[in-house]
Amino acid sequence: MDFKQLERFSADIRITMLKEMAYLGSGHVGGSASIADVLAVLYGAEMKIDPANPQDPDRDRFVLSKGHCGPALYATLALKNFFPMEWLKTLNKGGTKLPSHADMKKTPGIDMSTGSLGQGISCAAGIALGLKMQKKDNYVYCIIGDGEMQEGQVYEALMFANQQKLDNFVVFLDWNKKQLDDRVEKICDPISPEEKFRAFGLDAVTCKGYDVKDIYEAIERAKTVKGKAHAIVLDTWKGMGMNFAEKVGYNHFLTVTDEIADSAIKEIENRLANGTYPKGDLVW
Amino acid sequence: MVNEKYKGLEMRKVYGDTMIKLAEKNDKIVVIDCDLSLSMGTKEFYSVYPERAFNVGIQEANACCVAAGLSTLGYVPFVHTLAVFATRRICDQIFLSCSYAGRNVKIIGGDSGICATMNGGTHMAFEDIGVLRSIPDITIVEPTDNAMMAKLLPIIAETYGVFYVRYPRRMTVPVYDDNEEFTIGKAKLLKDGSDITIIASGLTVSESLNAAKMLEADGISARVVDMFTIKPIDREIIIDSALKTGAILTVENHNVIGGLGSAVSEVLSENFPTLLKRMGVNEEFGEVGAQDYLADRYKLTAKYIYEESKNLLKKKAR
Repeated sequence: MDFKQLERFSADIRITMLKEMAYLGSGHVGGSASIADVLAVLYGAEMKIDPANPQDPDRDRFVLSKGHCGPALYATLALKNFFPMEWLKTLNKGGTKLPSHADMKKTPGIDMSTGSLGQGISCAAGIALGLKMQKKDNYVYCIIGDGEMQEGQVYEALMFANQQKLDNFVVFLDWNKKQLDDRVEKICDPISPEEKFRAFGLDAVTCKGYDVKDIYEAIERAKTVKGKAHAIVLDTWKGMGMNFAEKVGYNHFLTVTDEIADSAIKEIENRLANGTYPKGDLVW
Repeated sequence: MVNEKYKGLEMRKVYGDTMIKLAEKNDKIVVIDCDLSLSMGTKEFYSVYPERAFNVGIQEANACCVAAGLSTLGYVPFVHTLAVFATRRICDQIFLSCSYAGRNVKIIGGDSGICATMNGGTHMAFEDIGVLRSIPDITIVEPTDNAMMAKLLPIIAETYGVFYVRYPRRMTVPVYDDNEEFTIGKAKLLKDGSDITIIASGLTVSESLNAAKMLEADGISARVVDMFTIKPIDREIIIDSALKTGAILTVENHNVIGGLGSAVSEVLSENFPTLLKRMGVNEEFGEVGAQDYLADRYKLTAKYIYEESKNLLKKKAR
């Protein structure tokens, strides 16, 4: 696996996402930034997809249960040629095919409409069950947020995935430590997520959520474990990869001007060249 | 012969048998239960088609969304639970993961209104139609008797989209011939009349027919309409009834707000304002008791329908 290429892809997702938000002037920066690396691994290496045929019945599926981070997914799908890059200029504008929250009826490459937290993981589990019924070997990948872990439906879905032995189902927890109002641990802490997943019967590991190699290896390892649904905790930070989002307390939804985007893009290129990650200087 | 085939059967037996027959022809049909397969009549389906039946346990929200996920692969999932859980508990799941997402999911809600009998007020859905009726792209049907349920189910299975089926589950009063045909969105004109129209659904249909007989004895000619599709409602028959009879009485096993009466009055107000009375539950919670007791308690029997018809006709005469 060419991890340099995957790092380039994750940088491109962040850069494209910032440009997309700058066209509009704002966006769900924090939670979109923290899933850029896992999206790069999924769409750059793991997923069996055909952008020319987004409804290919033999494709792997992806469900963004934390649907408000649509912009990161749209950047990824545009980079993979699911639709023209030009569409990104229309984010959240009247008549767009790219609404704030992921919409399967509007956007090629979106496998489930999401936006009400807790539901996407159940839908994804349903898709995984259906693929098993059809005896297909495709995988279903799903990202939930750590704030979303406060929704009770998440645990219904986990119990179901375990009961049905959905080993074609991989849930990623974007453990970025923050939700809209504050740090997750200060509001309602879903303590010890990896242990929690394991307690629910899933095969679970934690990896560096900002490290494409670590994520890739976690997925490859999960695929060797049969008979169990999988959970991968992405240990990362909300706003990961860009100072203007990392170094503010509130970073759920931020203003993104052209100047902010340009400066962040330079920084992303710089971090990519030097391989640096934030080390303890994040603002909580 | 009226309901010969289904004589003495609870609707859940007819429901379960029909689902098995449908599944034989359509390998996309999937049954999902929330620990109520015995109550909902799907238990036998699990022995016949175990690979297409999933009892997910007491987790209605997950059940609904799993169904939505399954439908993305072409499956036609039927999700079963009691009406209270099937609507007010999982309203958002039905909204987003089913209707908004354009899915093909059938929500089957058992024991609507007073049919909840011994489960009492907590389980007595007088608001289920109101909860779902303002959601776009959802069809709401309330089968009147076994013959209708058996005929509607194949249509529901073959028609793409989200359906909510208000399902009485136990004994119903036979109204239809076994061979009667039904069209979703087209009400049944059960008896023509010229003085007043009674529009009913579910268990109030047979009561309305009895009330019409009582009125007939008084020389009053009552039209009786079975509005088994609450959404989309049959506008034509409502307007036609208003034109021809000049007085409309709606009767429902539901709060008068948000259900059949509301839907009929919306059509009338916009198209042909007509004297109207909505009978049903008036902003009250349910309570425990036998169905006969509850039918009287909430004034859903022929006697009360007869009385309200007379009251309405007095107003009409003014």
